[in-house]
Amino acid sequence: MNINTTKIISLLFFIFSAFYLYTAYQIQVFAFDENAPFNARTFPIYLGYAGLFFSGLKLILPDPNTIKVDHKNLEYKKTGILILIAIIYGATILKVGYFLTTSLFLFASYYFLGERRWILMFLLSFPFVAAFMYLLHGILDIYLRDPFLQSIGVMG
Amino acid sequence: MIEGILIGLTTALTLQNILMVMVGCFFGTIIGMLPGLGPMTAIALMIPITYGFDPATGLILMAGVYYGAVFGGSTSSILLNAPGVPGTVATSFDGYPMAQQGKAGKALAIAAWSSFAGGTLSAIYLLFMAPSLSKVSLSFRSPDYFALMILGLTAIAAFSSKGQFLKAMMMVVLGLMLASVGQDSLSDITRFTFNNMNLTDGISFVLVVMATFAMSEALTIILKRNDPTSAAKQVSLTELGSIKINKEERTKMYKTIPRSSVIGFLIGVLPGAGATIASFLAYGMERNVVSDEEKEKFGKGSVNGLSAPETANNAACSGSFVPMLTLGIPGSGTTAVMLGALLGFGVQPGPRLYMTNPEIFWSIIMSMYIGMVILLILNLPLIPYIARILAVPKNYLIPLILFFSVTGIYVMSFNNFDIYLMIGIAVVATFLRLYDFPMPPLILAFVLGGLMEENLRRSLLLSNGSWEFLWDRTLTACILATTILIVVWHIYKTFKKKN
Repeated sequence: MNINTTKIISLLFFIFSAFYLYTAYQIQVFAFDENAPFNARTFPIYLGYAGLFFSGLKLILPDPNTIKVDHKNLEYKKTGILILIAIIYGATILKVGYFLTTSLFLFASYYFLGERRWILMFLLSFPFVAAFMYLLHGILDIYLRDPFLQSIGVMG
Repeated sequence: MIEGILIGLTTALTLQNILMVMVGCFFGTIIGMLPGLGPMTAIALMIPITYGFDPATGLILMAGVYYGAVFGGSTSSILLNAPGVPGTVATSFDGYPMAQQGKAGKALAIAAWSSFAGGTLSAIYLLFMAPSLSKVSLSFRSPDYFALMILGLTAIAAFSSKGQFLKAMMMVVLGLMLASVGQDSLSDITRFTFNNMNLTDGISFVLVVMATFAMSEALTIILKRNDPTSAAKQVSLTELGSIKINKEERTKMYKTIPRSSVIGFLIGVLPGAGATIASFLAYGMERNVVSDEEKEKFGKGSVNGLSAPETANNAACSGSFVPMLTLGIPGSGTTAVMLGALLGFGVQPGPRLYMTNPEIFWSIIMSMYIGMVILLILNLPLIPYIARILAVPKNYLIPLILFFSVTGIYVMSFNNFDIYLMIGIAVVATFLRLYDFPMPPLILAFVLGGLMEENLRRSLLLSNGSWEFLWDRTLTACILATTILIVVWHIYKTFKKKN
């Protein structure tokens, strides 16, 4: 059997399906539902078996369309930084507020992706977010929580 | 039906809704032009905006984005030989050679008129077919719906990824598994939450769409060092040439458009098929029916060769609304996203939508036609300028896509956990994309998961736990037989290829 990354993903999916199936069997149902033709665990159990079946087939059957990815050409560093910025953004957005964190997220993302036109970077972060906030909050009446703007009295 | 059309027109022709179609078409055109970013991403990014509107307006906006994205994809196919969406690959076969001959303006005009005609004709087909099918589908029972959903998921897996049927089926199962997280709809028993309160209500549909499409596409572009906007920088406003179509070319289009629109619409109606298959089939059929002299021109800038796929892909877009509106079962990933958005609005598409929410049902159909007119008026003269907008570097484009994705989740839940979950799913989806695991089957399965379980529950309870309901009714048995044929055929093909 030719071991390639697709097979490894299929193996991981097989293990995941087995875990899903195990968890499905552990779902607590009401006593009167235990022997019912259908209860809360019936569908997940079928799904678990389906996952085992398809990933098992993928593992066993030959793979005529093997995908080869050239990892040397992949931009892991920038992608990683971008994901990290997004995580920090997610962690701070509730405490600091939408405007400041979003603007800083955009500014930092432009910077780490290699942009150095500072004025454009600024215009496409702080004023852009302010305009977007106005569209959502002011015009479309979609509530945006922002403790920072509330603390300085800009937002009610 | 006349009454319905009038209701639809009254809703669709309000100033707000016309504005929404215009915004949708314009935004969709821009996103659709970018190779790698298709209509699903465009619609996903629009979801947070639609929260501020009523369901009809929200759906009209999304329909405008859909058409705009397909049209935008054609533009990049013609100008750059870089199809923005798979449905416009066939457009590049003759559109790009035409552009290379200095007739880019003409190619764009042919594409625009063909799209317009294809979209208009299919809107008319939809007008007549949808209400009739709605009435027929009222006789469908739970086993039929369950079988139809199995067929839809199998078909999208079969068509969405060439030669990767098993991968697509794994994505279907993953989508259904994600949909099973949270409270069981009937008993309220929590499943797969691992005592995390944030998962009690399940995983949000918008979160999954944003993560698997918008965010993961943005990450894939960075990871693969692609620059979808780089080619647009080469487009010169002066190279487009005249947009005038002469009489001979018009005559050719008159013959091509009706037959391609029928093919496109019928393929669009089939679950899982959609614009890509429709455009290739229409291109292939056109090549077979034209004269030998015209056949020689195919691939070198043929008017028929350009008009056929353009008509068919737009007709397929309208066709794909048929199963969604009449059965409540989306036929494609894009309509699955729209179905999810509709469910979010509290509207349940299906045969009863026609009776319970006629204004939504008819306004979507009427807005399709209005969208086509707007696309023609707005885009044809503006295409060169829109193409220049695409010269925006990816350094700006990618953060903006991420920003829209996070905002979409933030305004929905005000919850850090959802943002982390979205990032987590996006990272996994990006990795899976690298190895050609298709995402549309996952989305369709996620949207259908709840409905599928519900219909299976009803079927099994009615048959006292017996699986005989699968072959008790002829309709159910026929649908399932088709599904089995698809599965067996694809597994056989995998074996045959290896041997």
